[in-house]
Amino acid sequence: MTYSPEVRERLERDAKEIIGRYPKTRSALLPLLHLVQSEDGYVTDDGQEFCAEMLGLTKAEVVGVSTFYTMYKRRPVGEYHVGVCINTLCAVMGGDQIWEELSEHLGVGNDEATTDGRVSLERLECNAACDFAPVMMVNWEFFDNQTPASAKQLVDDLRDGKEISPTRGPKKLCSFKEASRVLAGLPDGLAGDGPSAAGPSLEGLKIARANGWKAPSKEETE
Amino acid sequence: MTTLTPVLTENWDRPDSFTLDGYGDYGAARKALRMDPDAIIQSVKDSGLRGRGGAGFPTGLKWGFIPQGDGKPHYLVVNADESEPGTCKDIPLMMANPHSLVEGVIITSYAIRASHAFIYVRGEVLHVIRRLRAAVQEAYDRGFLGTDILGSGYDLELVVHSGAGAYICGEETALLDSLEGYRGQPRLKPPFPAVAGLYACPTVINNVESIASVPSIVENGAGWFASMGTEKSKGFGIFSLSGHVTRPGQYEAPLGITLRELLDMAGGIRAGHELKFWTPGGSSTPIFTAEHLDVPLDFESVGAKGSMLGTRALQIFDETTCVVRSVLRWTEFYAHESCGKCTPCREGTYWLKQVLKRLEKGQGTEEDLGTITDIADNILGRSFCALGDGATSPIHSSVKHFRDEYLKHFEIGGCPFDPAASTVWGNA
Ligand SMILES: Cc1cc2nc3c(=O)[nH]c(=O)nc-3n(C[C@H](O)[C@H](O)[C@H](O)COP(=O)(O)O)c2cc1C
Ligand code: SF4
Ligand code: FES
Repeated sequence: MTYSPEVRERLERDAKEIIGRYPKTRSALLPLLHLVQSEDGYVTDDGQEFCAEMLGLTKAEVVGVSTFYTMYKRRPVGEYHVGVCINTLCAVMGGDQIWEELSEHLGVGNDEATTDGRVSLERLECNAACDFAPVMMVNWEFFDNQTPASAKQLVDDLRDGKEISPTRGPKKLCSFKEASRVLAGLPDGLAGDGPSAAGPSLEGLKIARANGWKAPSKEETE
Repeated sequence: MTTLTPVLTENWDRPDSFTLDGYGDYGAARKALRMDPDAIIQSVKDSGLRGRGGAGFPTGLKWGFIPQGDGKPHYLVVNADESEPGTCKDIPLMMANPHSLVEGVIITSYAIRASHAFIYVRGEVLHVIRRLRAAVQEAYDRGFLGTDILGSGYDLELVVHSGAGAYICGEETALLDSLEGYRGQPRLKPPFPAVAGLYACPTVINNVESIASVPSIVENGAGWFASMGTEKSKGFGIFSLSGHVTRPGQYEAPLGITLRELLDMAGGIRAGHELKFWTPGGSSTPIFTAEHLDVPLDFESVGAKGSMLGTRALQIFDETTCVVRSVLRWTEFYAHESCGKCTPCREGTYWLKQVLKRLEKGQGTEEDLGTITDIADNILGRSFCALGDGATSPIHSSVKHFRDEYLKHFEIGGCPFDPAASTVWGNA
């Protein structure tokens, strides 16, 4: 175990808090793997050993689980992990072109990072935002309605260290490690940032309001 | 004419909709906690609410399967994995209105006598996870969760659990394995989760939208809910329009509305183009064409026309879109997401992908059309879970409706479509 005593102590404290939420300890394995990624930027050997120790599992059991899920990375991703949705709807609406141009622009392929370690790329499956197609994600925040030009600008800005806001998310984009901490179940206090809903999410409601359409009232149906 | 009926989406245009101030005071939960739990189950049965996660199983009936007085802990697990291609309703719902879900969880857990509930949310939606956790925290702070909720003597703990990227974890038993800390692979049924679910205890698993609809039923009554929708598909649901439509988005309407009506509201197919094909409920539901514009979007009517209502994920494609390319991409998705547990799906999706790649490049033969149909026949009904069945939907339905387009690919030795014409910016 090569975590320094301070890091180890901090991780253990977080891990114990997370484990305490579950009726059975093993349920904390997915969150703990996210926790390890928040420390190391990917799922390291040490990290998996830490999970095993905390949960009384063998390392092989932990590896068997971590390799099943695509969000656990076996090598370091960039500080900003950029995904382009290439499932059918987004692909057709322009996601394929975005992917091609972005990949060429950065000179990296699927699951690869730029040499400066700032940005990595991934081909994503549907991210449940199809009404905002073509969709991109950075560190699992929404970047809606992208174009090849906006996508290239986005990664350039990320590499230049500019401050970036997701379309529907916090004012300031978190790093991959910070995002992983939220996934592990530890709050970062940013839930209040960003809109309730935006663009297409409100389309139906706007039309209902304009036409005075409502669900029936309770009295009408009694 | 059917009109929209915003209930779950009603407060989304408030900037504070995701907080208690923007939601309300949990009036339905207050009312429910004074009711007999069985009366709540009966009311949900009477409302006719059917699962909003795809299969449409009657929600109250599912709750009624939980054995009572068995001395075991009971669990409620909310399926917030939303990963079926095209499906994009639960994510904006939890982003804008997480309290409707939390209040639904309280009422449902009380009804089935659970004292621990989980929301299993896909990991790739960070801000939604923040919003859910913040809503849960607010509910704890106000005494809606925890011990002796609102002085009722009822205790409930609610945990928001993030997944880690795997479509199969939306399948309810795979979700349970994943939540227990294992690889997410489906379990053999029976036993059903109502008998042996999470930690082998009685468990109800419901979709986000199903549970979020419960407070409105408790508040307004079963009759109110049943006054909307069709005879066997009651109530409202969120219809998600995406793709080549003028105003894509979320449209909350009674079940039984038609695509024609929805398109009218959404400004029609994008200017200068026409409808070619669409999915009524995600990529696992057989595709429809313009001939199905007037099919009532309820469970029975869509089923009678050979597809499924699924998740009301209306992915709309105009005449610039290549069906073969679309089906290939969906097939690559299923091959990628197949969990590998059973042979028909693991091997079948792999071979489908190989043959479709050839077809799309125009290097196939008419025989290949027979081959993909045969492979799909061998997956359908023979796979261990519904992922495999779903993978066959695009294949069978596209060959049925667009056989000529497949033929065209190998007649001209390539794809007859220009992908640039389908893009948002290619609409010149
Ligand atoms: C491959 C696969 C993926 C699924 N994904 C989801 C999902 O993301 N969300 C969901 O609610 N149901 C999903 N389902 C359906 C669930 O298995 C289950 O039927 C549903 O959660 C039950 O809830 P309901 O009765 O409220 O609809 C999926 C099923 C399969 C086979
Ligand atoms: S049908 Fe596919 S996803 Fe389902 S159990 Fe078989 S291999 Fe796994
Ligand atoms: S297909 Fe890209 S978000 Fe759904």
